[in-house]
Amino acid sequence: MLIGHQPKEFLLAVSGLTVSFDGFKAVNDLSFYVEENEIRVIIGPNGAGKTTVLDLICGKTKATSGSIQFRGKELTKMKENEIVQTGVGRKFQTPSVFEDLTVFENLEISFPRGRTVFGSLTFQRDQLVEDRVEEVAEMIFLKDKLNTYADELSHGQKQWLEIGMLLIQDPDLLMLDEPVAGMSVSERAKTAELLNRIIKNRSVLVIEHDMKFVEDIAHKVTVLHQGQILSEGTMEKVKNDPKVIEVYLGH
Amino acid sequence: MIINSRFFNRSELMGFIALAAVLFVILPLTLDVFRLNLVAKYLTYAFVAIGLVLCWGYGGILSLGQGVFFGLGGYCMAMFLKLEASSVENTKIQSTPGIPDFMDWNQITALPFFWQPFHSLTFTILAIILVPGLFALIIGTAMFKRRVGGTYFAIITQAVAAILTILIVGQQGYTGGINGMTDLRTLKGWDIRPDHAKIILYFVEVVLLFACIGIAQFIRLTKLGRILVAMREQEDRVRFSGYSVANFKIFAFCMAAIFAAIGGAMFALNVGFMSPSFVGIVPSIEMVIYTAVGGRMSIFGAIWGAILVNFAKTSLSESFPQLWLFGLGALFIAVVLAFPNGLSGLWADYVQPRIDRLFASRRAKAGWADNSVADGAPAE
Repeated sequence: MLIGHQPKEFLLAVSGLTVSFDGFKAVNDLSFYVEENEIRVIIGPNGAGKTTVLDLICGKTKATSGSIQFRGKELTKMKENEIVQTGVGRKFQTPSVFEDLTVFENLEISFPRGRTVFGSLTFQRDQLVEDRVEEVAEMIFLKDKLNTYADELSHGQKQWLEIGMLLIQDPDLLMLDEPVAGMSVSERAKTAELLNRIIKNRSVLVIEHDMKFVEDIAHKVTVLHQGQILSEGTMEKVKNDPKVIEVYLGH
Repeated sequence: MIINSRFFNRSELMGFIALAAVLFVILPLTLDVFRLNLVAKYLTYAFVAIGLVLCWGYGGILSLGQGVFFGLGGYCMAMFLKLEASSVENTKIQSTPGIPDFMDWNQITALPFFWQPFHSLTFTILAIILVPGLFALIIGTAMFKRRVGGTYFAIITQAVAAILTILIVGQQGYTGGINGMTDLRTLKGWDIRPDHAKIILYFVEVVLLFACIGIAQFIRLTKLGRILVAMREQEDRVRFSGYSVANFKIFAFCMAAIFAAIGGAMFALNVGFMSPSFVGIVPSIEMVIYTAVGGRMSIFGAIWGAILVNFAKTSLSESFPQLWLFGLGALFIAVVLAFPNGLSGLWADYVQPRIDRLFASRRAKAGWADNSVADGAPAE
């Protein structure tokens, strides 16, 4: 275990994190650390608290106790939008994009400028914005759909659009909740390619069930079970851990 | 490569021209002063409707208490007019001359402190904007910062409307009670009651209405307008894109309040009185119905909704006073069930395509497809 002074600067340090919903501890005294440029995958059976951990980090759920330090800042005391502004991006499990807006407008809203009421009234769609939106749209395979309303996109395209919206925020920590769920085989392959491209120069925290996908991208895997860490390490190590096989991978 | 370089798209421009033609030319030329004054009364609700389009149609915040802001604006204006009408000469038969008649009837012997500044027209105009704006800011901050929204917010705005009505009725000596403030006569010495004054006030109101349309359209076209739409659909996504959702809701709610207040002030001027019957729950719900009937996603549609529903109300309640409320209820149910985007939705679905085909045959130009927000249906 990591105790005491850490010689290395962690990007994200979660320590003693607990959240209880009416006495049920969804996350129980959880501690883990994510390094710069690390890709960490969280796996675990249903109800293990995976999504809750992401909710806690991005501020959607308030912790009962414990601390979440991001670049030395305490996230548990900040509001959601402030957490985003310090550089944490979150993608939800079900694609949440703005269906009544076009792909361009979806990406533009996520562009990190003019985020106050006054700022958004005076926001100008200049060359910088247009270039950045086009650049990201190309990455997420939606370059020829910029003027399409998002409700006309397929499920996979919506997932990409949401990833694109995170990308344009340029977060230091990107959190993805089951990015390939519900995707076709070809979409999965494209998404893996997309993720491999966008994870450069940032840390990524991914929840995923697809073991093949996890093996492809993970630097390190954390296995959660009943709100606690069951095992942590490389995919190889975790796969051969008898406890993990018993509760999760074995069936 | 991207659309939206113009202030109005083609269908909105047509809506703008149609509304301007009707309000500036056709109605003043064809209606007598009495009917024109009725239209002026209907148009005061159009201000409220514009606010509801921004707040409810775009932002998804249903307020069932717009009567509160309409009333605050109206009462601010009425207080100024009432003070001017209560000069010492006009009120010399009272036991305390120089104060409004209803105060005298309620044994009040001096003008209350909060009435004093309403001697000044400048203060009054500022108050018409600021009092409802600040009140909306307080309600909005208290609600939205705590994530109270949807139905709960609607119910709370209803409660506020009920409370304000009870307050006005109960504090008879300060507010004129259930009768409201009547017998308003002059604005800076200019008599607002004769026919020529009614015509001038009508045009002032129409100009103000177009100014409000301009402001609302400006807001709609900025990124803030798109954030309102985004917020209505995926509040969390907006929050996790780095925006404080509460602040944007507060802004939309305050703008709607200010528009409603301008309408209320114009009501006091055009109709010549103000009473709690325009503040409470029923008028507040009626305001939402006008907007829904006209089309809550369309500024022009909502204005037509306010005009047409009020016109129907006047005509029907003259002949069948008991049936009117049932008719209004039925209309609202029909709108919600059959055509959720109101008249403007019907216009966009059935009339606009024909006009477009007419245009398209003349100049084949493709590439714009923004008919999700169309203009209102001009009356024949």
